[in-house]
Amino acid sequence: MLQSKSFVKKSKTGRVTKVVREHYLRDDIFCGASFCKLCQQKDPRFLSSSSSPILVLDTNVVLSQIDLLENPAIDDVVLLSIVLEEVKNRNLSVYNRLRALSTNPLRRFFVFSNEHHKAAIRVAAQWYQTHLGAAARVLLITNDRDNKRKAIEDGISADTIESYVKSLGRPDLLDLLVHPASEDMAMEDVEDLRPSKRKIIFTEHKPMSEITSGLHRGIYHQGKLRVNRYNPFEAYVGSESIGDEIIIYGRSNMNRAFDGDIVAVELLPMDQWHEEKALSIADEEDEEEEDVHLVPGSADDAPRTTSQVQGSSGETTPASSRPSGRVVGIIKRNWHSYCGSLEPMPMPAGSGGVAHALFVSKDRRIPKIRIQTRQLENLLDKRIIVAVDSWDCLSRYPSGHYVRTIGEIGDRDTETEVVLIENDINSRPFSSQTLACLPPLPWSVSSEDLLNPIRQDLRHLRAFSVDPPGCKDIDDALHCMPLPNGNFEVGVHIADVTNFVHPGTPLDDEAAQRGTSVYLVERRIDMLPKPLTEDICSLRADVERLAFSVLWEMTPEAEIISTKYTKSVIKSCAALSYIEAQARMDDSRLMDPLTTDLRNMNSLAKIMRLRRIERGALTLASAEVKFQIDTETHDPLDIGMYQIREANQMVEEFMLAANVSVAEKILNHFPVCSLLRRHPTPTREMLEPLLRTAAAVGLNLDVSSSKALADSLDRAVGDDPYFNKLIRILATRCMTQAVYFCSGDLSPPEYLHYGLASPLYTHFTSPIRRYADVIVHRLLAASLGIYKLPTIFQDRPQLTSIADNLNYRHRNAQMASRASVELHTVIYFRKRPTDTEARIVKIRSNGFIVFVPKYGIEGPVYLTQKGDKGGGEWFVDEQEQKIKKMDGSVSFGVLQTVTVHLEVVEPQPNRPKLQLTLV
Amino acid sequence: MEFVNPEGLRLDGRRPTELRQIRAELGAVAKADGSAVFEMGNTKVIAAVYGPREVRFEYSMANFSTGDRMRRPKGDRRSTEISLVLRQTMEACIMTHLMPRSQIDIFVQVLQADGGTRSACINAASLALADAGIPMRDLVTSCSAGYLNSTPLLDLNYVEDSAGGADVTVGIFPKLDKVTLLQMDAKLPLDIFENVMQLATEGCKAIATELREVSNLMKEINIVGEHKAIGISARGIKSYARWFRLQLCPDCCYTQFLSP
Repeated sequence: MLQSKSFVKKSKTGRVTKVVREHYLRDDIFCGASFCKLCQQKDPRFLSSSSSPILVLDTNVVLSQIDLLENPAIDDVVLLSIVLEEVKNRNLSVYNRLRALSTNPLRRFFVFSNEHHKAAIRVAAQWYQTHLGAAARVLLITNDRDNKRKAIEDGISADTIESYVKSLGRPDLLDLLVHPASEDMAMEDVEDLRPSKRKIIFTEHKPMSEITSGLHRGIYHQGKLRVNRYNPFEAYVGSESIGDEIIIYGRSNMNRAFDGDIVAVELLPMDQWHEEKALSIADEEDEEEEDVHLVPGSADDAPRTTSQVQGSSGETTPASSRPSGRVVGIIKRNWHSYCGSLEPMPMPAGSGGVAHALFVSKDRRIPKIRIQTRQLENLLDKRIIVAVDSWDCLSRYPSGHYVRTIGEIGDRDTETEVVLIENDINSRPFSSQTLACLPPLPWSVSSEDLLNPIRQDLRHLRAFSVDPPGCKDIDDALHCMPLPNGNFEVGVHIADVTNFVHPGTPLDDEAAQRGTSVYLVERRIDMLPKPLTEDICSLRADVERLAFSVLWEMTPEAEIISTKYTKSVIKSCAALSYIEAQARMDDSRLMDPLTTDLRNMNSLAKIMRLRRIERGALTLASAEVKFQIDTETHDPLDIGMYQIREANQMVEEFMLAANVSVAEKILNHFPVCSLLRRHPTPTREMLEPLLRTAAAVGLNLDVSSSKALADSLDRAVGDDPYFNKLIRILATRCMTQAVYFCSGDLSPPEYLHYGLASPLYTHFTSPIRRYADVIVHRLLAASLGIYKLPTIFQDRPQLTSIADNLNYRHRNAQMASRASVELHTVIYFRKRPTDTEARIVKIRSNGFIVFVPKYGIEGPVYLTQKGDKGGGEWFVDEQEQKIKKMDGSVSFGVLQTVTVHLEVVEPQPNRPKLQLTLV
Repeated sequence: MEFVNPEGLRLDGRRPTELRQIRAELGAVAKADGSAVFEMGNTKVIAAVYGPREVRFEYSMANFSTGDRMRRPKGDRRSTEISLVLRQTMEACIMTHLMPRSQIDIFVQVLQADGGTRSACINAASLALADAGIPMRDLVTSCSAGYLNSTPLLDLNYVEDSAGGADVTVGIFPKLDKVTLLQMDAKLPLDIFENVMQLATEGCKAIATELREVSNLMKEINIVGEHKAIGISARGIKSYARWFRLQLCPDCCYTQFLSP
């Protein structure tokens, strides 16, 4: 049956047109019930009828109760296509979750295309009832009173979601219910009972029309709100309209905005721009305080200190430095679910009833969330996930509902799970479709591979790999062969992952989504399934493997004469660890060919390294630590700095060279669709903290270029050996991380990799654990004419979005590793309170921040008691970066060595944290 | 945008390999030697054939054929291009060597556009030529297919057409199984292109059976009503009786076909 939908549309220019669209009504849309005798359907979704009714959901129910629907207790649900359509327009993330439910074979959610069958929700419910007859009970679930009344008038059984869930008799499900705003009153008793309880805490958000016109007239500025990771009372809004970041201080100015929300901001008058008090470690109104954490690896991880040195001698710094503002409205919410735990609270008298509790997110940027629960005693010592529902301007905290429990607080598995969830890392096992893309095991190089003209047989070469001890996913191997003319042939062989991961397959999609492997202290979450990473692709010793090789001819002075790229078959003769390789090179008695190769390569690498440093590459340092893990209990046994050997640097040098060579090649062939990696030049403002610290110890750093900075870092030698490394660590954390990008999006001067001082760079050498390398492999293969370019490379926006996803995943993977190390540090010190040496890196008004080199951690040391507002006894000299006692007896300066005591304390039950105290 | 939902339905409720509703009617223009109105969903095309004279083709769109009304001058690039394409297609099927020094005028106008106008024009012209009794190798039929959301879609409507995906228009001789027209906008990988073209060809064949039904229906009317056939015989090309059958008295055909 054909119908026409016709409607009148007004275009942007104000022209009104009538649009007529065909709308076909079909008779082959089935009801999805397995017991239905009328429909000849292929795969019915509902099982039987008897026990539970078939639920037809209204839009309002779906929108608010998605967490409930995801619970396996709710099944046999009909999702009407018009409901889905409306959900899609209102909330895309709920829509995606619904879609996931309807495709999940374990759940019985059926999408009924009623739009192409019959229209309204009630009519659809009625149709189901008459269609299935007595075989099943159909229940229309709606929270709209009017709709329910009309449905009952039409003879359809209808109910609200609350009463339906109550009838199921499952108290845990009731927690998942989102309560409508009217029931909020009862929750007030959670908040402190101040007389001014009902007063308006936040200003009302402006209506959307006002915001739009305000944005139009330039009164308001639109941008994404980002909350300072280290100080949840400070947020930034990057605004395009004023070309600068607007700072927002305090929760009341943030006006109920969450991190990631798109907000409209109004600028405060100029005289209110410096609201921030002196930099104390813990904010006054803040009940939380700065934790001991890992040393940040780059500026992206580091706490942001926004205010410049405030003139202690009364000079007025121009207040214009950073504009501050307040949020007037929220354009788009970024609410999702959060990991955390309940704030400890006494058991309410009548247990079993509804209790109100405050939820504290693990992510400090998120405010506390009020929830209602009927299972308080179960949840108090658990890590739970909570979703936010609303935030009324009368209440201090947003209200939300319980979603699920992860496990017990402090348990290593639970906490690791929390780390993974917080960083949006998919640790689920690979799906069967993905695994179906793998070649059958046991796999070996076939004669077809050897005969393939694109593949060069390099099995005769003495290739070897050098990796960390115990490495199973070996993705690179090297060889070095002296040529008759005195030059060397040097080859870098990278596992040929793209031979197994073909574009467009489920395996490829999964890898693209994961983006990178994630390395936690006790486990690894692979980007590709284990058979590929540890066997088929891994360039293990004494087995033939497929590789993608970059071969150079180099003079003994390490000048590259020619570069060749080819797919190859290699046979590695040794899988060395860094320690073994180093030992071989150092042992002058060994004269076997492999060791000679190693030595040749090392001397080449040294020249290359020197040349790179001359060009201005920075030798940056990181305070990476390594754990020794008990194989049985997975508890950390020892912890220590990661040692870097010459062998590490040698391998690194050739990997860098291979990456640069490949970047040149692919950019040459595909100027607009190459995936490259760049490291932006840090601005002077970003280097400010480094300069200030250096100035305090009488060091003058030149930051005009990377070369100048590298030179002055070399000159920065203090009286103790660790001084230089400390300065380098401080320099590293001032810089942002390198990012992937699509070459067509930027102009060539912006391609620069600042840290490596290389005009071009990409990632080619680790395709087993990074998806960027997989893409680069495909680009390189296409540029050699081996394969044609997959279609996504012809689409620049798509490549850009892939690059964005890779950056996001890469960053999350790093955050997760750091969080995992932090977690294990706490576990380690729980049993071992220690005294150790530390360096002061930052002075605050009531103490200082120290860095503990041995364990790679950083944390605050308080000189005054908490609550005592600094000042009194201690006096801070900002200029010299010193903190002195008033009577002048004791003083601490930046970079000074102090001894601290490390201990795990539990100020609140189940919340262990590491505390540093001065000895 | 989602053009095929996970339930496998398109925006207008069709499945990916379904055509829109087809309606055809012969003899819509009484004065012409042959004429037809052809509709595929909301696309509606009228074709009139005068001839045989020497072959010429004209394509134009009515000002009111699309949603936003605009003046469309006759000789614009789009029309000229489409006219040329259609002319070549029709020339290939008309047995021109039998009609030397003669001219056939085919006038096609799009009355309402909703995607697939090119195909509709060919189908309408083909019917009109049959109506005019002009000898043809086969009844040319045409259909378009596209590729959106990684699914080959048959017979694109306007929304799907303007989505920016590839649009393949195929014209075939269904009985001879030969392709006379193949056009594509945008790019497609070769293996996908083959699938899409295959789908379009299937569509053409489906349309062909529809068109033959229309013709056959006409024949029945002809027999039942015992109307006098006029046309080619009057113009002196007597020997092509095969096409004679389709030829009807325009007046009767029009009234009769509309009445049931």
